[in-house]
Amino acid sequence: MIHSEVHPMDSLIRKDRMPHIWCSGCGLGTNFTCYLEALKKSGIPLDKCVIVSGIGCAGRAPGYTNIDSYHTTHGRAIPFATGLKLANPELSVTIFSGDGDLFAIGGNHFIHAARRNIDINIICINNFNYGMTGGQFGSTTPLGSKTTTSPYGNYEHPFNLVYVAAASGAVYVARWTTIHVRRLASSIEEALLKKGFTFIEIISPCPTNFGRRNKLGEGLDELKYYRNHSIIKHFIDPKEADLTLNGEIIVGKFVDIDKPTFLDNQPDLSQKQDNKVTKT
Amino acid sequence: MCPTITKSHAKDETMEEYWREPLDAAKHKSPTGIVNLIKDRCKSCEFCIEFCPHGILELSDEFNAKGYHPPRVVDGGSCIACRLCELICPEFAIYITETNHDHD
Ligand SMILES: Cc1ncc(C[n+]2csc(CCOP(=O)(O)OP(=O)(O)O)c2C)c(N)n1
Ligand code: SF4
Ligand code: SF4
Ligand code: SF4
Ligand SMILES: [Mg+2]
Repeated sequence: MIHSEVHPMDSLIRKDRMPHIWCSGCGLGTNFTCYLEALKKSGIPLDKCVIVSGIGCAGRAPGYTNIDSYHTTHGRAIPFATGLKLANPELSVTIFSGDGDLFAIGGNHFIHAARRNIDINIICINNFNYGMTGGQFGSTTPLGSKTTTSPYGNYEHPFNLVYVAAASGAVYVARWTTIHVRRLASSIEEALLKKGFTFIEIISPCPTNFGRRNKLGEGLDELKYYRNHSIIKHFIDPKEADLTLNGEIIVGKFVDIDKPTFLDNQPDLSQKQDNKVTKT
Repeated sequence: MCPTITKSHAKDETMEEYWREPLDAAKHKSPTGIVNLIKDRCKSCEFCIEFCPHGILELSDEFNAKGYHPPRVVDGGSCIACRLCELICPEFAIYITETNHDHD
């Protein structure tokens, strides 16, 4: 073994901001590394790549990425990214943010950006709770789970995110977990290179909050659980891929279709006769 | 090519059922690698240790600057340069330099 001071990913991260804030055993650092690996492999020029997030532990990722990056207000990553893409269509725009940010406070933006087929990529880190604020339940928390705000067990039905994404119109929908590093990295690469609204959900451990209150053990125990209880079922109906606390985890690529994007569908207004200003 | 994983390398019962000796194993030579560690970045999550398919990493008893125990290579452990540890490490703390390469 050799002791070293530099890492092959160092050019893609903001080294001066390391160590990152993520807890030991958190899945976020691994998920983030898979995103960087995909970014590298995609071959997209880095000066054309942008990463955007809202607020949360997951939302810290852009602050650690050494490309143009935007840490926006809570829930507003999608409208911000939409603006970036429409103003400068040659950019490859990716959102890396949490389940709470994208589907609770930001849920409305999600469904409409998917419906419009805005050409952006969404990577949603689903740790089933609001990690950053102390582990409250949200729109993805499985029935019966204990959180700081559901001490007797959550009694709200959660969203099945891949089903929401597919029903809203996403052209690419996949789910992986933090343990699926290689499949996840290739899936992100595929999404980066795909035109249209893409969605990847990553099931990820939050040992400090969700894991601890539900007796799931350390982050390492959760990764072992994912390894032993994930089933790959490509192209099944995402409706069948509900998640439960301590249940099996269906992963895979569920949707991969092509359809015109928001910009493709926009009429070329400069050609419209009735739009021409006539001088009198 | 696929690294050869034999039962002796499997860390627990559940792994054993996933692996068999590839039929053409004799025709291939595994690549070898050297493990590089940025000790002070490690937070001892043990992801690299648990999931290294050759089981060559273990926790050391040494402390790093943050008070965590970084991993070390077990005596006689040979790295097959699969880079799983590099991809799964949340801290950009471990990476591999390949020393021979006969695949692709
Ligand atoms: C407008 C607004 N409301 C509430 C908050 C408090 N807040 C910060 S992060 C967060 C939830 C984050 O959850 P998630 O997106 O799942 O990210 P995680 O921390 O789990 O990665 C909340 C409610 C805020 N920052 N701004
Ligand atoms: S609170 Fe949870 S999500 Fe946030 S860094 Fe810690 S383990 Fe990760
Ligand atoms: S590359 Fe890493 S995970 Fe693979 S054999 Fe070597 S030490 Fe183990
Ligand atoms: S995966 Fe990285 S942080 Fe975790 S124990 Fe190994 S070197 Fe340390
Ligand atoms: Mg969350």
